[in-house]
Parts: sequence; C-alpha cells; structure tokens
Amino acid sequence: MGRYVIRRLLQIIPVFFGATLLIFLMVNVMGDPIAGLCGDRKCDPATAARLRAEFGLDKPVWQQYLTYMGNVFTGDFGTAFNGQKVTELMATAFPVTIRLTLVAIAFEIVIGISLGVVTGLRRGRPVDTGVLLVTLVVISVPTFVTGLLLQLLLGVKWGVIRPSVSSAATVDELLVPGLVLASVSLAYVTRLTRTSVAENSRADYVRTAVAKGLPRRRVISRHLLRNSLIPVVTFIGTDVGALMGGAIVTERIFNIHGVGYQLFQGILRQSSQTVVGFVTVLVLVFLLANLLVDLLYAVLDPRIRYA
Amino acid sequence: MPEPPYEPDATIPAVGAGGATDLAMEEGETPEQRPGGGPRGTGTAEPGRARSLWSDAWRDLRRNPVFIISGLVIAFLVVISLWPSLIASGNPLHCDLGKAQEGSQPGHPFGFDGQGCDVYTRTVYGARTSVTVGVCATLGVALFGSVLGGLAGFFGGAWDALLSRITDVFFGIPVVLGGLVFLSVITSTTVWPVIGFIVLLGWPQIARIARGSVITAKQNDYVQAARALGASNARMLLRHVTPNAVAPVIVVATIALGTYISLEATLSYLGVGLKPPTVSWGIDLSAASPYVRNAPHMLLWPAGALAITVLAFIMLGDAVRDALDPKLR
Repeated sequence: MGRYVIRRLLQIIPVFFGATLLIFLMVNVMGDPIAGLCGDRKCDPATAARLRAEFGLDKPVWQQYLTYMGNVFTGDFGTAFNGQKVTELMATAFPVTIRLTLVAIAFEIVIGISLGVVTGLRRGRPVDTGVLLVTLVVISVPTFVTGLLLQLLLGVKWGVIRPSVSSAATVDELLVPGLVLASVSLAYVTRLTRTSVAENSRADYVRTAVAKGLPRRRVISRHLLRNSLIPVVTFIGTDVGALMGGAIVTERIFNIHGVGYQLFQGILRQSSQTVVGFVTVLVLVFLLANLLVDLLYAVLDPRIRYA
Repeated sequence: MPEPPYEPDATIPAVGAGGATDLAMEEGETPEQRPGGGPRGTGTAEPGRARSLWSDAWRDLRRNPVFIISGLVIAFLVVISLWPSLIASGNPLHCDLGKAQEGSQPGHPFGFDGQGCDVYTRTVYGARTSVTVGVCATLGVALFGSVLGGLAGFFGGAWDALLSRITDVFFGIPVVLGGLVFLSVITSTTVWPVIGFIVLLGWPQIARIARGSVITAKQNDYVQAARALGASNARMLLRHVTPNAVAPVIVVATIALGTYISLEATLSYLGVGLKPPTVSWGIDLSAASPYVRNAPHMLLWPAGALAITVLAFIMLGDAVRDALDPKLR
C-alpha cells in the first residue's frame, strides 16, 4: 500500500507540471498582460518597458514559468490587476466554492444514490422508466439553462429563494445553486448506481444472503450497496475537480463570488497571475481527488490489493 | 412488497460496459424479447454465410424504436441544417426593434427576441451552426484520438507511456475553464476556433478508449495468427485490429457529439464561444439570458431545440452501443 501511494504521488508530479505549463502557455497567448494595467488607454512605451522588466515579462516563457512555479511553492501566487495578492483572493473565493461543491456532492450522494437504488431494484417498473427519462432530460439540457429556469421559477415567480446569493454565501443560500451545479452529475450518479445495483442484485453473494434468511434491508445495505457503490465512488471522486471547475457557470447565474467569479474577472481584466494561480490550485485539487479515489478502492473492495 | 426485488432475475440482460448512460432497460427490452433474439449466430443465420458484427448490429438497430426516433430527429436536423429555408421563409438577420421581446403572433409562432428578430427563424437557422460544430468537432476528436490512441495501444512501449501521461495532463484541465482561457483571446467570428478547442481538449477521451480497445483486440488469436503468418504491422492494424476495435470509439463519439453541442452553447453563454452575426442556439440563449424574467420564450425555444438535439445524439449512441455490445447478446 505504502509503495503504491508513493508511486501514484510520483506520477502526479509530471501531470501537474504538464497541466500548469499548458495553462501558462494558453494564458501567455491570451494577450499582453501589461495592457490591462493602464486602464482603457494604451500604455506609454517607457512605462510598459519598466513594467515588463518589473514583472520579468522580458524573459523567455520557460524562464517565466520556472520563476512562477518557484514562487508558487513558496506560497507566492503573485498579485492581481488591482494590486491585491492572489492568495488573498483565493482566501475569500475558495471557501465559497468549496461550500458550493460540498452542497452539490451532498445532493449527488443523497438523491443520486437513493434514486439509483430505488430504480435499480425496480427495473422496468414505471418509477424506473420515469426516473430514467428525467435523468436523460437533465443530461441534455445545458446547466446554464437549468440554472436560469430554476432561478426564474423559484427565485422570481414563486419567491421561494433569493434570486442571487449574498456575499456571505451561507449553506442555505447555496442549496439551489448546489442542486443546479450537481444536476448533470446527479443524473449520471443515478444511472450508474442503477446499472451497478441491477447487475449486482443477481450476484451469488446476494442470493446467498437472501437464502440464509437475512432481512431485506440488511441484504441491500450491507451486501448489495457496499459492492455496488465502488464505481459510484470513483465517479463522485473524479467529479470533485470537475464540479469546482464547472462552478463558473453556476456562480455566474447566481452571482456567487467564488472561484468562478474571480477567474472570470481575471480573464476579463487579462490578469494572468489570477488565472494561472486559480487554475493551478484547481488542477491540484483534481489530481489529489483522483488519487484519493484510487486509495479508497482498497478500503471499499478488499479484493483489490496494492503491492 | 409483492416480490423481493433483489431476487435474481433471469430476464434482466447483463449490463456490462454500460456505464453511466446505459439505456438498455429504457426500451424494456431484454435479449430474450429482442427481435431475432436468443443466442446469436444460431437459427436466423443463413447457412454458409456468417453475419458480421455490423450486419448483426444493423438488424438490431432497424427494429429498435429508440434508434428509429433519434435517427429521424437527427435526419430532420441535418436536412434543416442544409436547407433551412424549407421550413423557415424569413431571414434570421432581419430584425425589427419595434417588435423586441414580443410574444407569439400569427406568422411568428415563437415570438421575437431582444433585437426584434423572429425566434422561430433564428431557431431553425441555428441548427446549422450547432450541427456543424458537433459533427466537425466529433470528426476531429475521433480522428486524432483514435489514431494516436490506437497506435499507442498497438505498439505500446515508450510512445504508449508518453501518450498516457499526455492524456492525464489534458484530463487535469477542466473543460469550461480551459475554454474561457483559450477562447477569450480569439476574435474570429467563425465556428473554427470553437471546433479547434473542442478537438484540443476532447481527443484524450477517445484516445484512451481507442487504446484500450486496440489492446484488447490485438491479443485475439486471429491477430496472433496473422503475426505468425508474417503479416506486416500495417496489415494487422488495418485488416484485423481496426475493424474489431472501432465499435467503442463510434459509440462514445456519438454520445460526445451531443455533449459538444451543449458545450458550444455553454461557451457562447460565457461569452467566449461563437459570436454574432453567426446564428446559433448558444448565442441566442446567451442573448436571451438577461431578459429571461420578462420574456422567457426567447430562452425556451432555442433551449428546447438544443435539448432535443443533444438528447437525440445521446439516445442514438446508446442504441448503437446496445446493438454493438456483445455482452448484451
């Protein structure tokens, strides 16, 4: 197990540097980072040259990348367009997005898995067909349309929620945005659980459990679910990174000042430090979530052994 | 509870590689009920002439209502993409500000958008852009992904290891984020930057699948036999491996086509996808979103068209998978 963890950690390193380099190059193509610093006017050539030298932008790209990464590992993510430290922006933005992601994952686990188990155990019945149709519709409607419609219906028409989230972004304000963020993954979790439950409900160990007279509840919770949830856990784990990156759309609809909002601002203002910094952290979260999922395998399924 | 639902049920088909978007039970169809069902290759096959996987799949598909419906929807979309004037006589760029945000009227069933353009005409003309983006992006992704992934799987070794790490790198970048960064510089109003971006971030998915299925196919006895008989690498790849490894790629690519159309709309909503004067559902949805409280019809019609299109491609992909997946036989 220990050796496996070390090997996986070592594998993460090249991937991390590759992904951040890719983003770094993309942002560098994004346009002149100095242009955003002089407001709407064009920079004075002398000022531009001085700023360039100050930020090290006159050096080749690979050298900039190395300097940047060196700074990142000492906890310095640079400064945003308005002189704020990027780490300060992160300190305000990440808690909000993490809360939003946690709400979304809670929805995926509670609703997705329950619906999946119910439909998986009642295949071919009306409830199964109905839920499957709903999941298909949810998958095919883009998230931003779902979000706008829910905001319109719940927020404006019926007044159940406030249409936009305050800057405090408490958990109860994030319930509907979290549901919107989770919607597509929720549909996938439902389908995945359903397939997995239906497949395993014909397994020998379930037959044995039934035959030895265990109560139905126990057969489902201890025998069937534990084995059926392995692919679902994988999906939810890899989804953590995708949700945090995809939160940009949801945050825009509900005016949540999280990671997506800061990134959007960074791109609008051509603040490459903000963009690269946030994306670097998101990539890291994504990779670590994947690693965690791989390790969870061994806990959930004792048949899997890591040498 | 009339019967314990977890009781082993012989009529349920084995859903193996089904995964997240398994549709097998939607049709309430089981191998036993499947037309011409039962064990394949017995009974219905004409003697002396073995049916291929493809003709088998085609026989299955022709009788699958999901395939027929989604196929008809897609055929209709393709026709109106090629000749939108068949069902919409107006000009999508002809707008009358005086009618902005007005609802449905005779001759204008879907009403008018924020610029006073006819929503019906724009929705019909928008199909062309979405279908173009979906089809071109899918072709690009499938071509790049299957060639790179397939070669890596076939030859293995250092190239394979390198490719696996490269796909890991691309998987580490969230798609919408990458789109915002990459497309925010581009000022072109054509569809090509969006297609290029989708190909850039989409190919690793197909590459992984192609790699896996080539590795499975090359271990088959007939490939080993070909190798023993002295077949060249090119011949083994083209004659023996490719025909037996291409099915999963086709299935995933079909489903991905729908998601790419949806992705284009999302990018356009964020303001980095397509740009006017291109007529597309994504642009119309983006333009409609600030007015959704006063004029929801501006959002609902293009959104409905988009959802039906995406749904059609996902269901087509599911139907094709059901037909091609030997585990369902």
